Amino acid sequence: MAVFYILLLFIVIAAIIAVETQDLLSSVICVGAIGFGGSLMFLFLRAPDIAITQIVVEVLGLIILIRATIARDFTFITGDREFFGMVVSIVIIFAVGLAGMKVFETLPDFGTPIFTQVPEAASQTYTAEGLQKTGAANLVASVILDFRAYDTLGEATVLFTSIIGATVILRKKAKKLLEDLDE
Amino acid sequence: MKGMTIIVKTIASWVKVLIFLFGIYIILFGHLTPGGGFAGGVILASSYVLLMLAFGREFVEKNLPLPLASKLDCLGAFLFALIAILGFVFGGAFFVNFLVEKYGQPLELLSAGTIPLSNIAIGIKVGASLFLVILVLSIFRPGQSGSEKE
Repeated sequence: MAVFYILLLFIVIAAIIAVETQDLLSSVICVGAIGFGGSLMFLFLRAPDIAITQIVVEVLGLIILIRATIARDFTFITGDREFFGMVVSIVIIFAVGLAGMKVFETLPDFGTPIFTQVPEAASQTYTAEGLQKTGAANLVASVILDFRAYDTLGEATVLFTSIIGATVILRKKAKKLLEDLDE
Repeated sequence: MKGMTIIVKTIASWVKVLIFLFGIYIILFGHLTPGGGFAGGVILASSYVLLMLAFGREFVEKNLPLPLASKLDCLGAFLFALIAILGFVFGGAFFVNFLVEKYGQPLELLSAGTIPLSNIAIGIKVGASLFLVILVLSIFRPGQSGSEKE
C-alpha cells in the first residue's frame, strides 16, 4: 500500500506544478508526469492493459502532439484572475468535494474490484464464461471486441470521422487553392 | 525542420525498428497478453513520429506518403466493418464471433475467432490515423507563408 501513497504524493506535486508554472512546455511535461504516475498505479493494480494505453497516449501522444504544434501555441499565462470567476470556482470546488466525500464512503477499499462485493454484477459473467465463449485469454480483448464490440465500432467511427475532418481542413492542396484564390 | 544531429539520427533509425516490431507484437498477441489494437496502433504511429522528429518531415513523407496513410486508415476501418458484416452473414447477427469454434484452442496464437482479426484491423486504423493527425498538424502552420517549397 505504501507505494500508492508515494505515487499519489508524486502525482499531487506534479499537478500543483502543472497548474502553477508559467511556462506551457514545463506544464505539459508535468501533465506527462501525472500520466506516468497513473500508469504505474495501474501496473501495481494488475491492469497492464490500461497501463500501456495510459503511458502511450498520455505521455508520448500528449508530448509529441504539443511538440508538433508548439510553434504557434506557445503562450505564457499572465494577468490577474477575475474575482467573480475565482469565487464561483471555489464554491464549485467545495460542492464537488463534499459530494465526493459522500460518494467515496460507499466505495470498496482501494485495489479491490467492485464485482467481488456485488454477486449479481455483469462482470461476473464475463470473468466466468469469457474464455469458453470467445476463446480469448485476454478478457479485456474478449469484452471490447466480442461482448461489447458495438462500443468499439463507435469509437473507431468517431476516430475515423475526426481524422477525415482534420485531413480535409488542414491538407496542403486546399491551402494552395486558397492561396491561388487570394492572388 | 531539417532534422537533428547525426547521433540522434543513428539511434532513431535503430530504435525505430524495435518500436515497430513491438507494436506488431502487441497487436498480434492482443487476445493473449495485455495490449490490443488501440495500444499497438499508437505504438506503430509513435515509431514514425520518432523518425519525423529525428529526420524531419520531408523524409517521413517520402517513406509513408500522406495518400498512402489515408488509404491505410480507410482500409483498417473497412476491414473492421467487414468483419462485423461477415458475422451477420455467417452467424445471423451483427458482430457474431463466427470463427470461434472453427480453429485453435484457447491460449494458442491462432484462437479466439474474429478477435485477432479485429485487433489487426483496429491496429492498422489507429496507427495510420494517429500518424496522419500528427503529420497534418505539423504541416499546417498558419503563421508562416506556405511557399518554402516550389
